[in-house]
Amino acid sequence: MTADTPTQAPASTPGFRDGDPPEVRLLAQMLLVRRFEERCVELYSAGSIRGFLHVYVGEEAVATGVMSALEPDDAVVATYREHGHALLKGMSARAVMAEMYGKVTGCARGRGGSMHLFEAATRFYGGNAIVGGGLPLAIGLALADRLAGRDRVTACFFGEGAMAEGEFHESVNLAALWRLPVLFVCENNLYAMGTALARSESETNLAVKAAAYELPAWSVDGMDVLAVAEAADRAVQAIRAGGGPHFLEARTFRFRAHSMFDPERYREKAEVEQWKQRDPIELLRGRLVGQGTLAEADLAVMEAEVAAVVDDAAAFAEESPLEDLADLELYVHDPASSVLRRAPLLAAAREGVAP
Amino acid sequence: MAVLTMAKAINTGLAVAMREDPKVLVMGEDVGRLGGVFRVTDGLQAEFGEERVIDTPLAESGIIGTAVGLAMRGYAPVCEIQFDGFIFPAFDQITTQVARLHLRSDGALCMRVVIRVPSGGGIGAVEHHSESPEAYFAHTPGLRIVTPSNPVDAFTMIRQAVAHPDPVLFLEPKRRYWEKAEVDVTAALPPSIDLFRARVVRRGSDATLLCWGPMVRTCLEAAQADTRDLEVVDARSLAPLDLATIVESVARTGRLVVVHEAPVTGGLGAEIAAAVTEACFYQLEAPVLRVGGFSVPYPPARLEDIYLPDLDRVLEAVDRAMAY
Repeated sequence: MTADTPTQAPASTPGFRDGDPPEVRLLAQMLLVRRFEERCVELYSAGSIRGFLHVYVGEEAVATGVMSALEPDDAVVATYREHGHALLKGMSARAVMAEMYGKVTGCARGRGGSMHLFEAATRFYGGNAIVGGGLPLAIGLALADRLAGRDRVTACFFGEGAMAEGEFHESVNLAALWRLPVLFVCENNLYAMGTALARSESETNLAVKAAAYELPAWSVDGMDVLAVAEAADRAVQAIRAGGGPHFLEARTFRFRAHSMFDPERYREKAEVEQWKQRDPIELLRGRLVGQGTLAEADLAVMEAEVAAVVDDAAAFAEESPLEDLADLELYVHDPASSVLRRAPLLAAAREGVAP
Repeated sequence: MAVLTMAKAINTGLAVAMREDPKVLVMGEDVGRLGGVFRVTDGLQAEFGEERVIDTPLAESGIIGTAVGLAMRGYAPVCEIQFDGFIFPAFDQITTQVARLHLRSDGALCMRVVIRVPSGGGIGAVEHHSESPEAYFAHTPGLRIVTPSNPVDAFTMIRQAVAHPDPVLFLEPKRRYWEKAEVDVTAALPPSIDLFRARVVRRGSDATLLCWGPMVRTCLEAAQADTRDLEVVDARSLAPLDLATIVESVARTGRLVVVHEAPVTGGLGAEIAAAVTEACFYQLEAPVLRVGGFSVPYPPARLEDIYLPDLDRVLEAVDRAMAY
C-alpha cells in the first residue's frame, strides 16, 4: 500500500541493443508506439477494444524525446492520448494492451481502459480523461519529492487545449510560486479535438503565455525527436539543478482523427498531408540511413522485433479473462474498511427484523 | 479532561495526528499564518513549520489536485476548503481524481486525503458560506463523508479520518464551532472503522429522529421539549451510511423522521428513506418523513432562521408521522 514502492527497471526496447547509438533507441521506441497503436486501431475496428480510442500517430517524437531525458525514478503524468507515454515509461505492452481490452490482467484490471493507464511502480501516474485534470497531480508529486528531499523531476504532458482550462493556470502558478521540479510539456497538435488553436486561445504563442508565470518557456519542433530530446534534456538538467519548473511547447500534429468517432470536419486533408511529409519516424529513419548509422536490413530486424512484441501483447490480451463480477467493488474503497457495504447489510437487516 | 470548543477540539486532534505521523500535512487558504478563517488550524504552523502547514493561493482545484499527488507519494494531506460553497471549484478533482485513484492504481496507492469543510448555516452568513453539500459527494463511489456534532466526536473523528486510508470529506458544522464540552485529549484512538458508525444519542420508543452535524442538537432539544418518547440517532457517517444502526432503531420505533439542513429535494433524506423503507417495510407505522432546507439558494441572513429546520419543523413532522 505504500506509495514509495521500488521502481521497476525500464523495459528493454525491441529493436535496440546495448551499444547501439542512442538515436537508434529513439527510432525503435517511436516505432514501437506507432505499430502498437496501429494494431490498436485494427483491434478497435474488429470490436476487440471497446470504448474510446485516441491514438498518438504523428506525435511520437514528443513523448519519446522528453522521456529520453528522464530517469526511471522521475514521475510522468499524461493525458488520454497516453498509450505511447505508458510504453515509453516502461509499462509492459501486455499490461497496456490488456487494459485496453478491459481484461483483468490489465494495469488496472481493465477498469481504467485506454484513457486511464496507470502503474505506480513505474512512476507512471496516469492517463486522464479530464483535460487538465492531471496537471494539479503533478504539482503534488513534485511537492512530495521536495518534502522528501528527493532529486526527482515530474514531467507533465497535456495538450494545447488544456491551456484554456483553469487547472493549467492554477498548476503553473503553484509550480512557479513554489519553484517545484516540474517539466510542463505542452503537446500542441493545433486542434483541441475540433477546435483550432486560434479559436481557443487569446494568445496563440503558448510559450509566451506560459512565461507570464515567470518560468523559462520555449517551443521546439515536435516532429524532430532529436530536437525534442535536446530541449528536454536542457530543461531537466536545469530543473535538477534547482532551476524550478520549465515549460516546453512541442509543435506537433496528429495524423489521425481525434478519436475513432471523428469525421474531421475541422481541418483540410491538404493540411494533414503536409504534416505527414514530416513524419517523425521517417525523418529520423532517413537521417540514420543517410548517415550510415542504420542499414535497411537493420530496419527490417527492428520492425520484426517490434511486431513480435505487439503480437505477443495482443495475444496475451485476447486470452486473458475478464474481471470476476464478484470483485467489481474491489478497490473502490480500502478493502479492510468495506465491511459496511450496503447490499449485505440490507440482507442482514431484512433477516434480522422480518416479522 | 479539558473543556474545548469544537473548533479547538479539531485543532487539537490535528495537532495530535501531526505529532504522531510526520506524513500528515495541512494545506489550504490562510491555514498557516492566519490559522484559518475559523482558527481551526491556529498555531499549527508555529509548531510544525511552513513545510507541513502550507499556505496556498486561492486555487481550490489546485489544492485538491496537489493533495492527490502528495497522497500518491505517501503523504496524508489535510486540506481546508474555507467555506462549503468554495468546494465547487474543486468538485472536478474530488469526483474525478480523489475518488478514483485507489481503483485506478489497482489498489497500489491509497488516497489518504482529508478534505475539511466548514459547512452549514446558522451564523448569519450568506449563500456559498452556509451550504450543506453532502449529497453531491455521497453520490460518488470512492468517497467517505463524516460529520461530527459535538467536540468529543470532533476530536476523535478528525484523528480517525486522518488515519483512514480512504479519502474523507470532513464536514464541520460551523455554527457549532463554539460549543464546548469536556474532551479527554489523552484518549487512545478507537479503530478507524468506528468512524463510520452511527450513534443512538437518546433512547426513545415512539419515533426515530435521524440527523447529523448541526441538526443533532436541534433534534435533541426537540425531543426534550416534547411529551412523546423520541429516539435521536446521530448518523455521524454519511458515506457509508450505518444502515444497521438506523434500521435497528426504526424497527423498534416504527417511525422515522430524517432531519438535515440541505434542501429536501434530492437530499440524503431521500436515499435514507428508500433504504429504510426497503429494510423495514413491515415495521413502519408511517412513511419515512423528511425535514430539510427549502429548494432555494441559501437565503439572506435575516431569513435563515426560517430556512433552517427548527424545533417546530421537526416536531410538526413527528406529529404527521404519529397521525398515521
